[in-house]
Amino acid sequence: MTTFLQFDFPSILLGVLAALACGLIGNFLLLRGQSLMGDTISHVVLPGIVGGFLLAGAVSSWAMLGGAGLAAVISVGLIELVRRLGKVETQAAMGLVFTTMFALGVLMLEQTGARGVHLDVEHALYGSLESAVWLDATGWRDLFDPATLAVLPASVHRLAAVTAIVILFVLAFYKELKLTSFDPGLADSLGISSRGIGFALVVMTAVAAVAAFDAVGSILVIAMFVCPAATARMLTDSLRAQLWISAGVAVTSGILGYWLAAFGPPLLGFPSSVSAAGMIALVTGVFQMAAMLFAPHYGALRRSRSTAM
Amino acid sequence: MSKLSVAAVDGHTRPVLDPESPLAVAGLTVAYQRRPVLWDLTWSAPEGGRTAIIGPNGAGKTTFLKAALGLIPRLSGDIAVYGRPLRESRHLIAYVPQRSAVDWEFPATALDVVTMGLYRDVGWLRWPGRRHRDTARRMLDIVDMAGFADRQIGQLSGGQQQRVFLARALAQDARVLVMDEPFAGVDAATERAIAKVLESLQADGCSILCVHHDLETVAAYFDHVLMLNGRKIAAGPVTEAFTAENLQRTYGGRLAPTQLAGLGAEA
Repeated sequence: MTTFLQFDFPSILLGVLAALACGLIGNFLLLRGQSLMGDTISHVVLPGIVGGFLLAGAVSSWAMLGGAGLAAVISVGLIELVRRLGKVETQAAMGLVFTTMFALGVLMLEQTGARGVHLDVEHALYGSLESAVWLDATGWRDLFDPATLAVLPASVHRLAAVTAIVILFVLAFYKELKLTSFDPGLADSLGISSRGIGFALVVMTAVAAVAAFDAVGSILVIAMFVCPAATARMLTDSLRAQLWISAGVAVTSGILGYWLAAFGPPLLGFPSSVSAAGMIALVTGVFQMAAMLFAPHYGALRRSRSTAM
Repeated sequence: MSKLSVAAVDGHTRPVLDPESPLAVAGLTVAYQRRPVLWDLTWSAPEGGRTAIIGPNGAGKTTFLKAALGLIPRLSGDIAVYGRPLRESRHLIAYVPQRSAVDWEFPATALDVVTMGLYRDVGWLRWPGRRHRDTARRMLDIVDMAGFADRQIGQLSGGQQQRVFLARALAQDARVLVMDEPFAGVDAATERAIAKVLESLQADGCSILCVHHDLETVAAYFDHVLMLNGRKIAAGPVTEAFTAENLQRTYGGRLAPTQLAGLGAEA
């Protein structure tokens, strides 16, 4: 049990927190037809992270997070610029900006000393969930011991803080997020700036993406911005229920995905475990497939049956 | 006809907007991608009136509403609501967009949507409470939609959706109601409900502006008209402005004499 707390628990916590933060925000991106925003931001932060590393000259979390945040803000401006000057749709502008920025990030990684020092493309894609350890843990009591909790990896602390901020943001601005997603015109006429709320949502997307990216890599971040929300959308017509279900899907995927990655391959006779971030993303994808097929109202099976009748 | 006067400001002559009017515009010009849609429109909505905004497709009716409410940018023009800038007085106006303006698949019930009209009253960092939901239910009752409060909006008919929008506008408790084609493609029950609400709103002293497409019902539902075709063709009380001549000018001679006769418009 101590091994579980020392080696598995921090990783599970990272996966669950990342899934929760991105999954909750994903609901509003989905309703606005901006699901790609999560994708975009989780890619564009790479050059920012490398830039932060180069400037700080070391693997400094704060310099890298700052760089990532800056890159996210720049990319939002670039998307708007491309959209206006190129007269293309937002989604197309996002696609253009994020591939370019990510490519720039990869080149920066390759051409600079950043390569090899724990910063590499593989890390950017899969993160380093499994490397989080909590060696001071000795028993379950430590979960309530502030001193021992304090020595959890910094990435866990950071992600926990960001997840808390995301939850507070959604609770505090639930009705504004709902209204501006549904009818921005009404929001503006009621004195609720749809642009302001939209910008706040992008900032929260960036915050969640950057914090999660560092811990779990871009694949899981992208999956979590899209899949829990899309799964929940198939299952309910109530926004409140959708948020709860997406949170449930995110947390379940985090736990189940880690367990399958760590213990699944040995059970099947394979020698080693597989990438936890990859497996978590896969699990949430499976949830979504199941919802698309079997959902009570919107599922493909239900619909084909009702058209057959 | 117009209550506008002209004053000299900085050497330029600018119309002074009628401070009594619930929505007055002067020199309003709007273009999409450099293609002008609305030219130099100067008009004051009559206080306490029910005005139909009519004109052929592409005449700039919806554009006028959106620009006058500041929802789309304008090239030039001044706007006043009871003599005050739009910025300070948007809450006095409830706007009902065309049904197609929103995504009806959105996860919200009819009650949710009507409650949105009360968000200003709810205030920041608060959630709507029982009082707001009760108000919203009362508004749904006014448009005969009380039985559909918990229905997801996508499962309502077009007319029912229109009534939900109307209930939401009522919840805003505004002095000016601006609607874009509320009667388009709705069932008889909805048409009656909307007409009933417009009458009772006018009795309460509200001013109403509707983009309207059905020339045959203009005289039945409205007392004023604004006739548009890129620019203002005519405006005034239905009895004066809604004439065969003005209709011909507005629709570019596309109306047959028999149609005009059917409208009861004076030749």
